[in-house]
Parts: sequence; structure tokens; C-alpha cells
Amino acid sequence: MSEMPNKTVKFRNAGFQIDGTKILDDLNLEVAKGEILVLLGESGCGKTTTLKLINRLYEPTSGEVLVEGKATTDWDAIILRRRIGYVLQEAGLFPHFTVAENVALVPGLENWNKAEINSKITEMLELVGLNPSKFAARFPHELSGGQRQRVGVARALAANPDLLLLDEPFGALDALTRVNLQKEFARTVKALGKTAVFVTHDLHEAFILGTRICLMDKGKIAFLGTPENFRKSDLPLVRNYLETIE
Amino acid sequence: MNFFEFLQQNRAELLALTREHLLLVFVSTAFAVLIGVPLGILLTRKKSLQPWVLGIANILQTIPSLALFGLLIPIAYIGGIGAKTAVIALTLYSFLPIIRNTVTGISGVDARTREAAVAMGMTDWQILRMVELPLSAPVILTGIRVAVVIAVGVATVAAAVGAGGLGTYIFRGLRQNDNNLLLAGALSSAILALFCDFALGQFEKSFDYKKRAEKSRRKLIAGGALVVILAVFGFSLIQNPKSKIQNTDVIRVGSKDFTESVILAEILAQMLEKRGISVERKFELGGNLAHDALVSNNLDVYPEYTGTAYTAILKQKPITDTRQVYDETKQAYGEKFDLSLSPPLGFSNDFAILIRGDAARKNNLQTISDAVPLSKNWQAGFGQDFMSRADGYAGFAQKYNFNFAKQPREMDLSLTYRALQSGQLDIIAGNSTDGLISALDLFQLADDKKYFPPYQAVYIARNDKTEILRETFEKLNSAISTEEMRRLNYAVDGEKLAPQQAAENWLKEKGF
Repeated sequence: MSEMPNKTVKFRNAGFQIDGTKILDDLNLEVAKGEILVLLGESGCGKTTTLKLINRLYEPTSGEVLVEGKATTDWDAIILRRRIGYVLQEAGLFPHFTVAENVALVPGLENWNKAEINSKITEMLELVGLNPSKFAARFPHELSGGQRQRVGVARALAANPDLLLLDEPFGALDALTRVNLQKEFARTVKALGKTAVFVTHDLHEAFILGTRICLMDKGKIAFLGTPENFRKSDLPLVRNYLETIE
Repeated sequence: MNFFEFLQQNRAELLALTREHLLLVFVSTAFAVLIGVPLGILLTRKKSLQPWVLGIANILQTIPSLALFGLLIPIAYIGGIGAKTAVIALTLYSFLPIIRNTVTGISGVDARTREAAVAMGMTDWQILRMVELPLSAPVILTGIRVAVVIAVGVATVAAAVGAGGLGTYIFRGLRQNDNNLLLAGALSSAILALFCDFALGQFEKSFDYKKRAEKSRRKLIAGGALVVILAVFGFSLIQNPKSKIQNTDVIRVGSKDFTESVILAEILAQMLEKRGISVERKFELGGNLAHDALVSNNLDVYPEYTGTAYTAILKQKPITDTRQVYDETKQAYGEKFDLSLSPPLGFSNDFAILIRGDAARKNNLQTISDAVPLSKNWQAGFGQDFMSRADGYAGFAQKYNFNFAKQPREMDLSLTYRALQSGQLDIIAGNSTDGLISALDLFQLADDKKYFPPYQAVYIARNDKTEILRETFEKLNSAISTEEMRRLNYAVDGEKLAPQQAAENWLKEKGF
């Protein structure tokens, strides 16, 4: 079944449950090419599950999730995941790999040649603002939290994915570092024309990054729209969120 | 002889035993790693199997080592006596720490790291190879290290099943009450354990990505230690190219685990070798191992006593007629086990009622009955064995009508000899061929009422080997007197001569 190619991700009546407990219920959502969709909500609302359905870390128990017009369950999971960049909280870097080895991971799995990989490492580290000659040979435990997160972004971008998934990547950083990284990240993603799905519980972050905000509550979409519409909405849940930043 | 002189004199043997010990530990650890690590990995993939496999490994570990060795002996193919059984037992012991640490190590990899690996599009095999194994390597190596240290310790018990190793010294030392042997065996295996622990510890730390600077240095140290071990090893293989071909002309001579048995086995072995027959020595087998080995065709011949065969193996009630015990044993062995008895060697190793030589001469005592009237105020002292067994003290005192005023002392057998000599005891029960009897000028009273069952020395052989052995058996027929056996025992236990040397001297003397 073919879909409009400008829809990178499409949830069609997607549901997910574990041991009879509904985590997501009849979700319908589209992510257009080039947009940054922020999934906003309290912990347990289903936003991380939604994210993990996209790269098939989970499979929907009802309905389907389409990536580039093809259901995730029809994709070879390995190929699908290598086409999608993934950034976790605390970066999820491999502690026994150097910064360079971490960044080079997916290109290495894809059997790029050495020269290509090396120039990619340099390019990516410069992109995220880390001096390659200084940082390439370091181990993750020799970096600050912000630096680790930059490496995490570099690793996710290394194999030129069109789609990025980010699971509260900046959640554990101190406020100043966080704001810097958020702004830089928004600039980088927009400049590269990537599509991104970004999970957070922080409304500030949603406003800085999102082209659209999807507020989730108890496994359902409570609000979906632009940041401007979010500010104007009179839904009680949205008002509660807005109060936290006023 | 002090300890250092002992080490100097025996360094070749000590080195050989250390080598055997290391080989046992290496081979068994290698097997345990090759089986245990993949099994551990499997358990992290199939969690439902974990309680079963770990439970079994746990139970294996709780079996006392001597019992495990004993249990393996009668099992066909994997059992028997020698290094194979020891390697299997040690492998079983090494499983638990290796499997458990593999499971713990891999399960301990940070869930986020694993999630990242999956999300990056790594295959299960890539995750295992690139992420899980490198990150759990220190924990798995700790398991291997624990297994090796345990194996070095348990391998000392392997000597009891004829697998050699440093336990040979420990068992021999215990038997001969020789502290040098004990110390050499125990100290060497302790040093070996510490050394392995240290070397593997260094290797383990080289996997710690947080200590990059020290990494190469530690690898160097660990590599160096490995080279030392391998060198000792390779050296040994060049020195002792053991032929693995099971030649039918080879006679496998065994012995039990005490001096006299070793000497008798050595005498037979050397006489066979003089006839140009190859001999494989499997000495110092504990308990009834030698008999089991004979029946299971792991051994061809070993020295035994008719009384032991009759009571301990055939489970008959002790009787006192020498001829009858020999004949009945011979017949039953032929029928039940397809084994044959050599003609008697000439001496018996019976219970010997001993008094001081001067007391015997002064009162002209020859038999036990002679001593009864004088014994009212004597202090008797007996080993635990004599006090408790069916043909021991109770029947003895009754038969001869002994009536000691003082309760006999129950004490360690080897100590009763000294106590008798120094006058603290007046009458003891020893073994008739003990070398100390002559050395301490003790006198054996004749068992005139024939109370003690006879323990004539014979060789027991597999029937399919009697043809080759007959000539030598005939030569040894009644060839060793009780007095000669005492001297031989004393040469080894008292004068610390090697059993081979003592046997060689005796053969020369006899013109064999």
C-alpha cells in the first residue's frame, strides 16, 4: 500500500498493550517530512512508547505504524533502524567505545570504507561543536553530560538518516547547557532538513524545538497543533501546562 | 633433613608434579570456559532455563570433591582412574562460577546501552560480540579466575584417583607423617593459586576501559605470566613425550596409597621392566580404587592382602586359617571378577601385638599367651582402628583373657610406637611389617591362639595378563620375609629413601 511520500511517519489506529494493560489506544498521527514533532506529556502517558513504535523497538498490537509508506512490521527491523537516528537520555553511548567509535558505529555496521568513516567522524563532531582532535579519542566517562549528549546527536546523524527519534535527550542536563543544546539542535536539524520526533515533558523545550506539539494523556492525543495554537487553546490540560511557564 | 634440602633434592619431581597440576587445571578450565560461557550466554537469551542450569551447577559444586571423584570412577568412558576422571571432575566444579558470572555479567549491561545498540540497528550477534561481551568481560573473567583458584585447590584431591599433581605430595606426606612432603605439596599449590589469581587479575583489569593508561602494562604482565606458565608446560612436554598408544604389551601396575604397597608395586614393575616389558605405573590409589580399576580394566595388577580381599571386598566374616582365606579368595576372585591371585609373597601384614625388645628378652616372652600373666599392671595403647573393628580389641582381650587394670589408651597409631619405646605404654597393636618394629627394637608376640585373620601379601592380576606375569610371580613366590619387608618400609619411611631406590636395592641384594 503506498502513501503520500511527504508523510514520513503515519500512525493508523495504532494501539499497544502489555499484558492486557492499554498503553496506547487507537492512535492516529502523521509526521510530515521536515517537521519537528514534539511528543509532550507526563511520564506514563505513552509518549516514549509512541516513539519506540516508529523504529520497531515495539510493534503495535493493533493498527499499524507506517514509515515511508511501509508498515514497520513489513520492514526488516535492522534496515529500518539503521535508517533512523536515535538519541536517548544520557546519550546511551557505549562506554567502552571512544567518541569516534561511537559516532562511527552505524557507518561501520553499514560497511562504509575507512576514509568515508573518518571524514564522517570529523564532520559530525564539528557539526555538534566538538573539536575532533581533542575529543575523538576520549571515552564517554571522560566527557561532561552536555558533551556526551552532543556525541549522542552526532552518532544519530552519522549515517545520514532522514528521520531522527529523540527520547528526552536533554532531560538530565543542567538548565544552561540544556538551553544552549536545544537551540543548537533546532538550528542543526532545520538546516539539514531532517524530520524529527522529539519526546519531552518540558513545555519550554517543546516551544523552542517543535514545529508541532502533540500533547498526550493516558495513551491518547489530547492536543495536536502548532505552538501558536497550543498557546491559544482553552483545553484544561493545555492551560495547566501553560500555567507552569507563566 | 630440612625443608630446603628436601626441595633441592626433589626439585625435579616437584616440578613434574606442578606441571601435572597445572595441566589438570588448564585443561579442565578450558573445557569449563568452552562449555560454560556459551551456556551462560544461552541462559541470558532463554531465561526460563536459568534456575535449572544454575541449580544443577550449584549442586555439582556442593558435592565434596573426594566423593565426586569416587562417583565418577565406575562410570564407563568418562570415568575410571587417572587424569581423565580428574579433568571431568574439575570441569564440573568450574562450571558454577563461570556460568553464573557470564549470566550476571551480561545481565548487568546497562539497559540504556542495550537499547541504544538495538536502536542503532545492531543484530543480536553484533550486540553480543560488540557490546555485551566486552562490557561483561571483567565479570566473566572474575568467574574464570575463581574457577581456576578453586580448581588449583581441588586438583590436589586428584592424586587420590591416580591423576598425579601436587596432591601426590600431600597424600604421601599425610601417610608418612612427613612435614616436608606436606609443606612442599600444600605450599606449592597455594603459591600456584596465588600466582594464577594475580595473573588473571591483571588480565581482567586490562579490560577496564576506565583505566586506559594501565591497560597495556597489565596486558603485558598478564601475558608475561601466561608465557611463564606455558614455558613450564612446553618444557615438560619436550621432557616427557608420553606415548598415547595403548600398547597391549604394557602392563599397568597399580598400588594402594601406603608405603608398603608402593614398594611391592615398584618391585614388580622393575622386575617386569628387566624382562623388557613396558610398565605404566598408577600408584597411590586410595580406598578400594585399585580393585575397582582392575575390574574396570584400567589396571592390570596391584599388591593386596588376602585378609583385606576376603573381608573388605568379598564381604566375608574374618576367619583365621591362612590357607583357607587364600584358597577361598582365589576361587571367588576367579569366579566373580575374572581376576587371579599370585602365590603368597612370603610375609603377612597382620595386626602385631608388640612389646619392648628388652622386656621380651628379660622375661623370655615369645607368644601373646606368655605375656598374659605379666600384663595386669601394663598400660596398653591402641589405634582407633584396632579399638573399633570386628577383629580388634574386644575379641582379642576375650580370646586371650587379658585383664588390664588400667583402661587401654586409644590414640593415633603412629604415636603408639614411640610411646611404647619410651615406656609410657607397655603393649600395643601395630602392623607386623612396620619398619619401626626393627628400628625401635620392638618385639612381636606370636598369635599362638590364632586370633587375628591372616593378611598375606599377594598380587592380584587380571586373568588376561597372568600369562605374561606368571614368570615374575613365580620368582617372587615366598621371596620377601617379614623382616625384609620391615627393612624396606623403614628404608622409605625412616630413612626417606625413594620407594624406587629401596626396591632397586632389594632386587640387587636378591640377585633378581
